[in-house]
Amino acid sequence: MAETIKGRTAVVGIGQTAFGKGLPDTELSLACQAISAALDDAGIAPSEVDGLASFNMEADREVDVARSVGLGDITFFAQVGYGGGAGCGVVGTAAMAVATGQCEVAVAWRARKRADKASRPWAQVSQRITGHWQWTRPFGILRPVDEVAMLTRRHMHEYGTTRDHLANVALAFRKHANRNPLATMGHKTLTRDEYMNARWISEPLCLYDNCLETDGALAVVITSAERARDCRQPPAYVHAFAQGLPRQHQTMTNYFTDDPLRGPAWAAARRLWANADVGPQDVKVAQLYDAFSPLIILSLEGYGFCGRGEGGPFTDGGNIEWPDGRLPVNTSGGGMSEAYVHGFNLVLEGVRQIRGTSPCQVDGADVSLVTSGEGVPTSAIVFTKDA
Amino acid sequence: MTVSGLLLPDVDDPTAAGFWAGCARGELLVQACGACGAWRMPPRPMCPHCRSVEVRWDRTSGRGRIWSFIVPHPPLLPAYAELAPYNAIVVELEEDPAIRYAGNLVTGPEGAIDEIDPATIRIGEPVRVVFATVGDVVLPRWVRADG
Repeated sequence: MAETIKGRTAVVGIGQTAFGKGLPDTELSLACQAISAALDDAGIAPSEVDGLASFNMEADREVDVARSVGLGDITFFAQVGYGGGAGCGVVGTAAMAVATGQCEVAVAWRARKRADKASRPWAQVSQRITGHWQWTRPFGILRPVDEVAMLTRRHMHEYGTTRDHLANVALAFRKHANRNPLATMGHKTLTRDEYMNARWISEPLCLYDNCLETDGALAVVITSAERARDCRQPPAYVHAFAQGLPRQHQTMTNYFTDDPLRGPAWAAARRLWANADVGPQDVKVAQLYDAFSPLIILSLEGYGFCGRGEGGPFTDGGNIEWPDGRLPVNTSGGGMSEAYVHGFNLVLEGVRQIRGTSPCQVDGADVSLVTSGEGVPTSAIVFTKDA
Repeated sequence: MTVSGLLLPDVDDPTAAGFWAGCARGELLVQACGACGAWRMPPRPMCPHCRSVEVRWDRTSGRGRIWSFIVPHPPLLPAYAELAPYNAIVVELEEDPAIRYAGNLVTGPEGAIDEIDPATIRIGEPVRVVFATVGDVVLPRWVRADG
């Protein structure tokens, strides 16, 4: 096999703004603040940054970020598409650029004012529908929640997945958020009764199956393993990275393939585990993209933590809860209870687990998985404590 | 542009126009490869089996089964919030279950998408296509085949 990026780079800095609704600062300002905090965390000067990786849905351009934060001459910049699928993609892209000598210090970030209704793509549709959306939107399948609900109902039909399984996910993440003072839902508990009695959003999904709507920004700094050893923080080594765009896939409305419940996670997982020295059995803690609770069930199956159709039962008995579950998932509260910043907060929590600084710290967390949006072309990263 | 705030397809979309023209004639079509004949949905410019760009449109039976369904509730765009809760379904075609169409379950061509009690909808129910005129567009919708 070709030489991989295994252990050759590490995340050495993480930074974030406060999470909120209607934050007064612009997205550009939030991006700059998060990047600045990440550089301070790493102990690296802005002038040393020579690589940038960002979401192609990012509203602000590299040039504006670079001249605001005072970055140096940039010799590598790239963007990754597909919204929530891009989180690990931008980190992995930055890692590949560092590993191949295209830059020495790279920054990856996501800034978003999602709480502003005008930023929700589905609410902006005003023209005749073209492209692949014309096969669903004219029939009232309008929002991401509608698109995922359709797959969820089918999963329930084929495998016996229940609302109790979805509630397991929502309740686990809320419990984790309740230990995280920075989480949007840090002080708000959630009971199974409240879940079961919540209003529908798109049956079979209710309010608590949905992520939050958040303003905020987060950033990471990536550099070589060699340099990482001299940085201020313990390195979170990028052990393996993969993207996944499965054959015949249609983003969000993947109803038209032979096997619609085999989503992008399966494609990403194949490359991820092939390039890693570890497998799902070695993962101590996972941050799985949770725009909607059923994506956790699909991701548990896709990344190989259980068999096809067993994602629901895998969540039973506190199995995804800190501290006693087999696989604590979304230990800072995730998109459903910490913040929804296109899953980039999951990247930072995956790093904190390696550092030993999570609000729900897993003992001996030496292998930490982070995944990005399931249901869209996606990406995933395995962080390790040792190179 | 929308009709009464509903999201309607661009029936002149060059890749899909053949499908919408079929709906206007009361025919549920599927795009087929002009060279090898393989069916594909949604339409696209090249056959993923033989890479031909030749296209033809085959008429289907217009019969299928409900593959999955949802019941959206607000918050929704205003025109849809007025109808909510309504159903949306995905139908698998009787002669090729890998060919699927999204739609709505109604009682007839003029039926509203919120008139069927969602609690009565079942995956696997046999359905057949009907065609509803919405503004200047004809959309496929579905009725219970045994109803």
